[in-house]
Amino acid sequence: MPLHGAGCLTIARDQTARLLPSGFLQTTFLQHPPMTPLDTILDSARVALDAVTDTTGLEQVKARYLGKSGELTERLKQLGGLPAEERKTAGAAINAVKQAFEALHNAKRDALAAAALSRQLAAEALDVTLPSRGTASGGLHPVTLTLERVTSLFQSLGFEVADGPEIETDFHNFQALNIPENHPARAMQDTFYVEGGDVLRTHTSPIQVRYMLGNPPPIKIIAPGRVYRVDSDATHSPMFHQMEGLWVDENVSFADLKATLTDFLRRFFERDDLQVRFRPSFFPFTEPSAEIDVLGERGWLEVGGCGMVHPNVLRNVNIDPETYTGFAFGIGLDRFAMLRYGVNDLRLFFENDLNFLKQFN
Amino acid sequence: MKFSESWLKSWVNPALSTEQLTYLLTMAGLEVEGTTPAAPAFSGVVVAEVKTLRPHENADRLRVTEVDVGTGTLVQIVCGAPNVAVGAKVPCALPGAILPGDFKIKPTKMRGVESGGMLCSGKELGIPHDEDGLLLLPADAPVGQSIRDYLDLDDTVIELKVTPNRADCLGIKGIAREVAALTRAPLTPPVLTAAPVTLTDTRPVTLTADAACGRYLGRVIQGLNPAAPTPDWMKTRLERAGLRSLSAIVDVTNYVLLELGQPLHAFDLNKLEGGIDVRLAHAGETLTLLNGKTLALDPDMLVIADHTQAVALAGIMGGGNSEVDDQTQAVFLESAFFAPEAIAGRARRLGFSSDASFRYERGVDFTLQHEAMERATTLLLSVCGGQAGPITEAIGQLPARPDVALRVARVNKVLGLSLSAADIAAMLTGLGLSYTTTDSGFSVTPPSFRFDLAIEEDLIEEVARLFGYDNIPANAPLARVAMLSQPETQTPRGELRRRLAGRDYQEIVSYAFVDTAWEADFAANTTPIRLINPIASQMSVMRSTLLGGLVDTLVGNLNRKHSRVRVFELARVFLRGEGKDVAQPEHLAGLAYGARLPEQWGSKAERVDFYDVKADLEALFAPRLLTFRAAAHPALHPGRAAEVLLDDEVIGVLGELHPTWVQKYDIPAAPVVFEVSLAAAAVRTLVKATPPSRFQAVRRDLALLVDESTEAGAVLAALQAVPSPLLHSVSVFDVYRGKGVEEGKKSIAFKVLLQDTAKTLTDEEVEQVVVALLDSAAQRTGATLRL
Repeated sequence: MPLHGAGCLTIARDQTARLLPSGFLQTTFLQHPPMTPLDTILDSARVALDAVTDTTGLEQVKARYLGKSGELTERLKQLGGLPAEERKTAGAAINAVKQAFEALHNAKRDALAAAALSRQLAAEALDVTLPSRGTASGGLHPVTLTLERVTSLFQSLGFEVADGPEIETDFHNFQALNIPENHPARAMQDTFYVEGGDVLRTHTSPIQVRYMLGNPPPIKIIAPGRVYRVDSDATHSPMFHQMEGLWVDENVSFADLKATLTDFLRRFFERDDLQVRFRPSFFPFTEPSAEIDVLGERGWLEVGGCGMVHPNVLRNVNIDPETYTGFAFGIGLDRFAMLRYGVNDLRLFFENDLNFLKQFN
Repeated sequence: MKFSESWLKSWVNPALSTEQLTYLLTMAGLEVEGTTPAAPAFSGVVVAEVKTLRPHENADRLRVTEVDVGTGTLVQIVCGAPNVAVGAKVPCALPGAILPGDFKIKPTKMRGVESGGMLCSGKELGIPHDEDGLLLLPADAPVGQSIRDYLDLDDTVIELKVTPNRADCLGIKGIAREVAALTRAPLTPPVLTAAPVTLTDTRPVTLTADAACGRYLGRVIQGLNPAAPTPDWMKTRLERAGLRSLSAIVDVTNYVLLELGQPLHAFDLNKLEGGIDVRLAHAGETLTLLNGKTLALDPDMLVIADHTQAVALAGIMGGGNSEVDDQTQAVFLESAFFAPEAIAGRARRLGFSSDASFRYERGVDFTLQHEAMERATTLLLSVCGGQAGPITEAIGQLPARPDVALRVARVNKVLGLSLSAADIAAMLTGLGLSYTTTDSGFSVTPPSFRFDLAIEEDLIEEVARLFGYDNIPANAPLARVAMLSQPETQTPRGELRRRLAGRDYQEIVSYAFVDTAWEADFAANTTPIRLINPIASQMSVMRSTLLGGLVDTLVGNLNRKHSRVRVFELARVFLRGEGKDVAQPEHLAGLAYGARLPEQWGSKAERVDFYDVKADLEALFAPRLLTFRAAAHPALHPGRAAEVLLDDEVIGVLGELHPTWVQKYDIPAAPVVFEVSLAAAAVRTLVKATPPSRFQAVRRDLALLVDESTEAGAVLAALQAVPSPLLHSVSVFDVYRGKGVEEGKKSIAFKVLLQDTAKTLTDEEVEQVVVALLDSAAQRTGATLRL
């Protein structure tokens, strides 16, 4: 709108310039000449307004025409001296010129305001490409992100999260899981021993023992946590993360195990065509036992172990294996994080290099 | 278990490629960990015989030979090897041959003499070979034959990961039996004939520990040639199985161990005093083993003894006192069955493992001893000559192998299948298991070589394995459904983590075992819980605080040139309790170091301080209100440390790291740290909503003068203690020292909000409360109104 107003005014000035000789207006104002005709008053006002550049100038022009002794005010004053019959028509003519002047004046006022606003806005412009201010935000460890993802997938199937201590008794970590003293399977998991005879749990399986001792079936739990083994190289860390799962009920079968874990792996990796294979293996606490492999770009990759809960384990926690069957599985969360995020060195998870960790924020 | 594929194929030869065979084994539960070719790829190398040899006219170290490569024409070859000799049989690479490393052989001139090929060393062909120079072949090597065929180099070494339940597959015989069961290919074992008995010499055998030793066979063999070389075919099979050839006698016992899975031991007969007794070790008895280790024997260790002393740790390793050496001409050969429970765990306790103990503790076939004894005797006599005496056999308690019931319904329940009795019967037959049928299924007799078949589940696993895990359907489970409980008064760990992450902390994971110094420095804990077998000395004690890991992470990242580090960890700590008890609560701890904000153009760089981290901690616990109390803590600056209280209970600490540790750990400036109980942080109260007041709150600002030593918290508490229902909130908004406030005093400005839920407050009501506030502050803290 203001821009449009300014354009109109420009046209008016051009017309005035054609009608009046130059210098005419100045002469008129300075020397109180005899009455100028009404129509030329408007023309001269137009020229005067056109030359205005600020609000002070605008007020001066207004005063010149509409002030106490302004030209139009003077005309109105003189109406009284006219005969009554002329007064009416002369009055109407002056008022028409007055209204025309006011319209011109308002248009100029708006144009000045609009121009001032655009100058102000231009001056206030920001460099929007400058960086933001304030604090940044941190983030969660990739293994935590993986743990949360795995947990929420299993929670969607009704698995509850269980927890347990990391310094464990030999009973919970081994014996209750059908790994008696001297069993060769003890050599499969190099164990850290704590003074006093307890161990650092070598797997999260003792949590299932604790849970089953305290809760009757049906049982449907997952148990994520830190586990420890005497092993340290590019693919082994003396501390790492596992998640144990357990489902015990009256009719849980190996077919259920295959379906549940296949479903999980496909949801986790978000690939419906992921090839999953179950390969016979041995764990003292499950039978039949299987290793779980998925087909990756470079062949089959082992991602976890599983099996039907061994009847001795159920008996050790006072569950009748004739009535109840169940499956258990364990996966390495660090390994899942590596596969999911393309991390090729396990040690990166424990070096706590901010340059590495911040990628996951 | 490492073995050569060609050795297995001599026992069972199904029409399978190496890849197919390894897949079959892996999917049957015998995981193939890896395969390696016996030799790298090369071509064009044949057996040659050196016919003539003369010096090279232009080179002292080279000689010119003429060799027979079976073509009828002798080939002239220049050779630099010192062991080249007329009559030697050696590998010869002919023109066109490609050796490992893509090395092409063509006719050439060496120092002006034509050379039509190359005589090769073992190294040049990529074959393990101890001696320098040319690979010397036996005199009967057929001239002109491809060396790959002659040395069986197109063989593959297969490495099996045999699980502890499958001891039967720790020998070629057992693996072959498994392959035969899986493929129906016939077994073709080597023909076994009893060795001729031409001596009458025996040694008596007594089984004092007859429960531990079910069977002991011994035999005297005399007149052995100690210098007899091990035949190449045997050496090759041993080497491909990862065993070094030592001496013919030892090699034969190792060969039979690998072939049949039966450990054998040869004693030097002349080093034995009288007969053999298998007994438990005596108190205080010691024994030096073949590996040179001297052991103090435990009373649960089984030994082989002669009439004077222990001569072997039974089933684990022989003793140095009866060792076969390069002079040995007479041996006493042992082939025994020891009960797994009598061997298991002993070697591990002593810190080593042997091929024998590995097999015995998992279970050796207790009917195998005669076969192994005859096989070893036959081989020994054929390699070293000599004469054998009769076998002395002593029998102790052999394992009882009761029949195992297998119910058809149970198989289907556990596996989720619907197999018929006939289906299962066919699988049992395929596995070579004998059975009788019963009302509910079968009664199966476990074979002597399968120690792992003792209960019904063991047989169910066999059925699953033979049916194929791949063939078991993966149908979505049908189950009872129940919603999980979601307690709203517990903040999930994920939310607590995200609150800290939202305040710019990065989560870390650090080891639970730490340096002893960290425990001393950050927890003043001089009696931390120790690991008996730590992986390193700086990872030897269990942490009771998470601060060490945070400081260590800070130092690591300062070294990586980070100048601003904000990290947190959620983990268990380990606190000594009564007696053996260890409390293992989860803690949440954080560290902030460097600038308050990341370096930026629009804010002034200021260091993060106590109050910044205090705000983070308050945000973590919001809406519950924390209180803070100055307190001493070994990790923290004594003037800048606080206990964190929730409902008057100490639940953690907050403060600046002690300058001593800042200096010791070489940190440029003090970080601010906190550590709180996760259990405390996770509890939240369920909101009981009240309607907001419709009436405006009235604000009064009170500037109170107190002694410099008076804590703001004390004044605040004094104000909050006024029991007016109109008192809505009191908070500190300014602390002032300087002009207008006398030395030793400070002015604390409080904003007091007063509000009535039912009406607009009158000036009198407001003034009454203000007076009460001032009175309380004056009485409790000596505060005066600053005018």
